[in-house]
Amino acid sequence: MSNPNALLHRRDVVNELLRDRADLLVIAGLGAPNWDVSAAGDHRNNFPLWGAMGAASMIGLGLALAQPKRKVLVVTGDGEMLMNIGSLATIAVEAPKNLTIAVLDNERFGETGMQKTPTASGVDLAAIATACGIRTSRIVRTMAEVTELRDLAHDGRGTVFAQIKINPEALVFVMPPADGVILTTRFRQSVLGDEALYN
Amino acid sequence: MAEAAKSRAEAAPALPTWPDEIYRVLKDAGIRQVAMVPDAGHSRLIRSFEADPETRVVTLTTEEEGVAMLAGAWLGGERGVLLLQSSGVGNCINMLSLPVICHMPLLMIVTMRGDWGEFNPWQIPMGQGTRPSLEAMGVIVNKVDEPDLVASTVQGAANLAFNTWKPVAVLIGQRVLGAKNFKELARK
Repeated sequence: MSNPNALLHRRDVVNELLRDRADLLVIAGLGAPNWDVSAAGDHRNNFPLWGAMGAASMIGLGLALAQPKRKVLVVTGDGEMLMNIGSLATIAVEAPKNLTIAVLDNERFGETGMQKTPTASGVDLAAIATACGIRTSRIVRTMAEVTELRDLAHDGRGTVFAQIKINPEALVFVMPPADGVILTTRFRQSVLGDEALYN
Repeated sequence: MAEAAKSRAEAAPALPTWPDEIYRVLKDAGIRQVAMVPDAGHSRLIRSFEADPETRVVTLTTEEEGVAMLAGAWLGGERGVLLLQSSGVGNCINMLSLPVICHMPLLMIVTMRGDWGEFNPWQIPMGQGTRPSLEAMGVIVNKVDEPDLVASTVQGAANLAFNTWKPVAVLIGQRVLGAKNFKELARK
């Protein structure tokens, strides 16, 4: 029996979110969430970020609006989400049914020396998302809840936000291609077909 | 009839036609997503897009959100435009890394403040910094100061952005928009 108070492991969480991913489209925020998504398997339907901190949630919105029949999952960190926390207001108003934002919250800026983020002092991202108007918004602490979140992301019945409390462990980097042109072109080719290669 | 129309035209200055012209240009360019932080200079164009069932107008909390949103739109096969005031360009700087390094098109239409005839000194730093900051990030900048040239400038910028996969900004100067007068506003 596992300790119910033990923090989740980030790669277990991401592996479960991406289980049987079918044609799920995935945006990964810079830093550890990028390595976690890549550790689950580099994929043409992943767009992992190496910079542009704060971009992940809004790339998810633009993509979800452009591809209303596909499901879009954003996996990012608490620091990255906080950098553009206002985007939750923007996204709540647009309310795309096919967008899920999963924040891996280790309460740390992991890439820069594990300094505390505001969530370490109790800032409640899920409550912010709720207050913005994202009705399906929750804090996730167990793998059963991660599975529920995975199913919500694949169902696509409304915008979903989750703040997943995870262990502040530093893991080996698993890197996808770093060239933005490769990442962009292979994603577009996968989603749009070979037409995407031509003007 | 012609005489009556002429005298009406003399009595009230004609509304500028460039906002309607750039709406047409942007429709012809296939724009589907409009990301914006409002500016008075864009109000007529925004109303046109809001009345258009084919376009999605998204109000942002900060302009950098729009840079990321339109990157997502491009990944999903849709074209968009970012409408902003020059002060908002400063909010976009690091986010511009995304279209620059990924060779994604980005069309920005920037209405200027801190430019010709400005009354508010606080608008000057970012207004004067708009072009150099965009150019420092690798954005192609076209400024237009003649109402008659706005539509063709936007059309050229849209072609450049979407055909060469580059970020391009059109700066619409205060000579086109008209500069507010501080003292007149204070008397109202």
